[in-house]
Order: sequence, then structure tokens, then C-alpha cells
Amino acid sequence: MSDALVIAELSEDGKLKKTTLSAISFAKLALPTLGGSFSILVLGANATTAAAELTGYGAAKVLTCTDAAFGKYTAEQFAPTVAAVGKAFGLIVATASSFGKDLLPRVAARLDAAYAGDCAGVSAEGNQLVYKRPMFAGNAYGYCTLGTPIQVATARQSELDPAIPSGGASPIEAVAKVAPAASAARVEFVSLEAVKSARPDLGEAKVIVSGGRALKEKFMEVLEPLADSLGAALGASRAAVDAGYAPGDFQVGQTGKIVAPQLYFAVGISGAIQHIAGMKGSKVIVAINKDPEAPIFQLADYGLVADLFTAVPALVAELKKRA
Amino acid sequence: MKVLVALKRVADPDNANKVKISPSGDAIDTTGLEWKTNPFDEYALEAALRLTENGKAPKKREGEVVVVTLGPKECETMLRAALATGADRAIRIDANDNELDGRLVAIALKSIVDAEKPDLILLGKQAVDGDSNQVGQRLAELLDYPMATFAATIKEETGALLVGREVDGGVLTLRVTLPAVVTVDLRIVSPASVYSKLTQAEAGFKHGDGVRFAPLPAIMAAKKKPLEVKALADVAGGTQLATKYLKFERPPQRAGGAKVKDVAELVEKLATVSKVI
Repeated sequence: MSDALVIAELSEDGKLKKTTLSAISFAKLALPTLGGSFSILVLGANATTAAAELTGYGAAKVLTCTDAAFGKYTAEQFAPTVAAVGKAFGLIVATASSFGKDLLPRVAARLDAAYAGDCAGVSAEGNQLVYKRPMFAGNAYGYCTLGTPIQVATARQSELDPAIPSGGASPIEAVAKVAPAASAARVEFVSLEAVKSARPDLGEAKVIVSGGRALKEKFMEVLEPLADSLGAALGASRAAVDAGYAPGDFQVGQTGKIVAPQLYFAVGISGAIQHIAGMKGSKVIVAINKDPEAPIFQLADYGLVADLFTAVPALVAELKKRA
Repeated sequence: MKVLVALKRVADPDNANKVKISPSGDAIDTTGLEWKTNPFDEYALEAALRLTENGKAPKKREGEVVVVTLGPKECETMLRAALATGADRAIRIDANDNELDGRLVAIALKSIVDAEKPDLILLGKQAVDGDSNQVGQRLAELLDYPMATFAATIKEETGALLVGREVDGGVLTLRVTLPAVVTVDLRIVSPASVYSKLTQAEAGFKHGDGVRFAPLPAIMAAKKKPLEVKALADVAGGTQLATKYLKFERPPQRAGGAKVKDVAELVEKLATVSKVI
């Protein structure tokens, strides 16, 4: 029997990030196999506020470690404490955000533990956890076991519904910070240029409007009204980002954001394999493209062969009529 | 600066939808797909070349670029291609893909770092076959080096690198003191992404867009560059493979392909059939 440890993710201003809730869901799926309970570890410059928000999810304990050095995240600062706490657990899990993907492999190496990254789920074979991993740009699922006493995983946010509060009040317990290794003194957090947006996060949006290179310099001008009318997040293909029409954190794809909204608009996106890997889990896909042969149409529930520069404004007008 | 670049051979990522699963379901079959260098590793190599040259005179290498891979003999084609684009030496650790996982690869690479003592280890942020995204982070921990993952920009300073990382909320900039591990993202090969100390002296200098290609004479010359082969057991000790794939499965296919005639029909269907607006 062993337990699971969920690593919470905080925003720059110390607030709990919703990504954490997907990792909790993953831990809960693993519990029948592990046979134990799960706890949550919160590291931050002030971990207590976020910890208080996490006491209602059924965790055995919410562990906190407050230290000024945790205010600006670096893996070198975080990994020693996460590993020291985590070594009492059978499974350490975080959500596969840029935080989880950066930190957890480093924690795994510290514990000589095997790691399953970006998991779409977890099941059991006998008493072993079987991790379901999207591979080859989402063209195959691999089911693997990890043969180390401690196992480390990250969970794909779009594949795991956020945990819902289950009541109760988990006790909060402070843990001691572990002094970082020499490498921590050789990395300096310089800045975070956060992209400010009133729109929902790509990872949490119910509707996403994504654009491709075809939009050229009119990327925002054409897509913003559509996104506004739907309360949607904005996304982009790699080609649009590379060409400088959209910022990097818009990118949806195999190695960008993996999204699965209720409704996904692919506007002027041809449908490269790498882009499809990032959005094919969407419930309803709409494609607007003037090339009827664009591969995106094979995937789309509703394909509209049209010039996007006229179709998108017309769509906005049509949506307004209904509103 | 001496840079070690880790490369992985992968099945052609632009045809990843053509990978097959063996009838028994326990293996991925990439028959018919060309082998390519993992794109992110190609970008790491390009970044290494930019960091070891004056962009205005890229033929002269300042420092050394060593490429390393783990794989069977056929991977030497990939290593020769890297030597042709400008790397100085290559190392192949003889292994089959099914003998390896990220943990073992990081352990093996650590022994190469211990022997080679590079100032910088550059890797792609992930290999696009396994999509695992762990070797760079693990290697940094094993070495107790600082790391900067998902790098979109690198600027060399004295004994350090200023690295812009693409993270969920924007761009996070770290300064890492060398020796360090950096894993690179797509945008590292943009024209103004990487500046060595030699190149940044030229204000406004821009590299070519994307990765460079080897001219024919360089391809010929690369055949004579050193390529060393090591046994996996010699670099990974007795480490046992921990990750075992029990089966593979194709994800469910979407039943797409329907067209609508105009915007009005689209909105009507979204509202009444799919009920998503």
C-alpha cells in the first residue's frame, strides 16, 4: 500500500492555479491501485492561502512549505523539498503545465524514479499502475508501467476533469524546506513577461477561436470580435506564431497547448499533424478555410469553405442576431 | 564554449499519423516512415552552432560542438548529417530504442558529460515520438546543474546565459551560470533568437531563419570527422530499464468531414444540433 502526493501549482501572485485540480483527479484515479490516500503539497512565498482552498478535496493532509525562495519558481529551488516530502509516497503527480513538465522530471531524477509525462489517464494491471500516454503527436496511446518504487507522473489537463470539492476539512501541516543543492545558486529568476488578457486561459476555455497564417497581420483584427462574441480564448497555429501574427503562448499543438474545449474554431488553419494533436479532443470542431482540400476539414464537424476575411465578420454578425 | 548536443532519431514526424500498431498491440510499427532527426534536437544543434560562432563568419567555430545519440548503427547517418552542418565530433552509444527510457538516457548522458566536461548541454525539449519531455530536466538534476527548459531565446553573457523560456503565461527569463543544461523550443531558430558573445557585438545582426543546411563539400568532409562508439553498459552501468510499454492503441477517430453551405447554416447547427452556443 502506498499514497499519492499532488504538487499544487500557484500563480505568480501566490494564488492557487486551477491546473492543480486535474492532478488531484489523476491521484484519485490511482488511489484504488495504490491502496492508500493522497496528500497535497503547496510550496510558495505564502503557501497558507492556497492551502486553505485545497482542504475540501478529500486529501489526507495538505502540506505547506512557505519560504521566500518559493515566491519565484525555479526547479532548482523546488525539487529538493518536493523530493524530500515525496519520497514517503508511491506516486508524485502534478499537472502537465509548463510548471509540472519542468519540475517533475527533475524531482524524478532526484529520487531515481521513472516518469510518465503528460498522461491522459491511469488504470491498473494487478497491483501496478498503468499510465496512458499520448505519443506520436496523439496518433497512438501507449500504456506503460514504471518499475521504480516511487513513480512520478504529470497529467494532461485537457484529459482530466478538474476535481470537485468533496467536503471535509483536510488538516494543514507545515513541512520544512530542504536546503537546495549547489545548482540553485547558479540560476536566477530575471523576469516574467506575462501576457495580460481578459480572456479565459486556453486550458480552461469552453470555446477557443484559433487562427492560422492565412490571417496575416489581421490576426487580431479578424479574430477578436469572434472571440468576444463567444467569450472565447484565442489560439493559433505554429505557422501563425512563427510568422509573428500571434504571440507564442497562443500556440495550440503537439508541443504547445493541448486543448479540448466544447467548441473549437480553426480559422485559416490547414491542419498540420502537430496542430491536430493539440485540438482533436475538442467536442465540436468548426473549420473555416478557402481551400476545400485542407486536411482540417476531415476532422471538422462543420466545415465552411469560404474566404475567412468575409466569413468571420459575417459569422460575428450572425451570432449577434441570435444574442 | 564547448557544447554537447543530444540528438534522437525519430520516425518522420510529419507522417506521424501513418504509424501503425503491431497486430498484437504491443509495439509501434514505423515501417515505411523515413528516419529523421527529432526536430527539437535539430534546433538544439542549430542553437549550439550559433553559440559557437561569430554570425558574420559562421565557418569558423569558436569552441567545440559535440553531438551524441543513443541508438543503433543506422543512427550514424543522422550523426554524419550533424557533423556536416558544423558539429566537430560525434558519439554514438550503441543501443536499441526498446532498451531505453528517459531515466536510462539521462544516466547515460551524465557519463558522457562527466567525460567531456562541456560548458553547455543543449537538447530538444522533447522527442516527438515518445513526447516524453524529461531527459534534459533529469540530466540537469543528475549533474546538479542549473537548467532552462523550453528555451525560445539564448543570449550569451560572460560565464552565463540569459534564457527566455516559453511558459504557459508568457515568457520567463532565467540567467543560468555555466555549466548548464538548456532544452529548446521551436522558436529558438528564429533569426534573432540566439546570440553568442561574438555575434552580439554586431548590433542588429540576424541569423538565417530556421536550421542551416550542409553544403556538399561539408557533407564529404563530415565523413572524416571523428565518430566514437560506446557500449550502453559502459555509460549506464547496471541501470535496468524501468518503463515498460504493455500495449499501444489508436485513439478513436473523429467522424468529421461534414460541410455547411454558409455562415447562417453553421450558426444554426451549432445552436440546434450541437447545442454549443
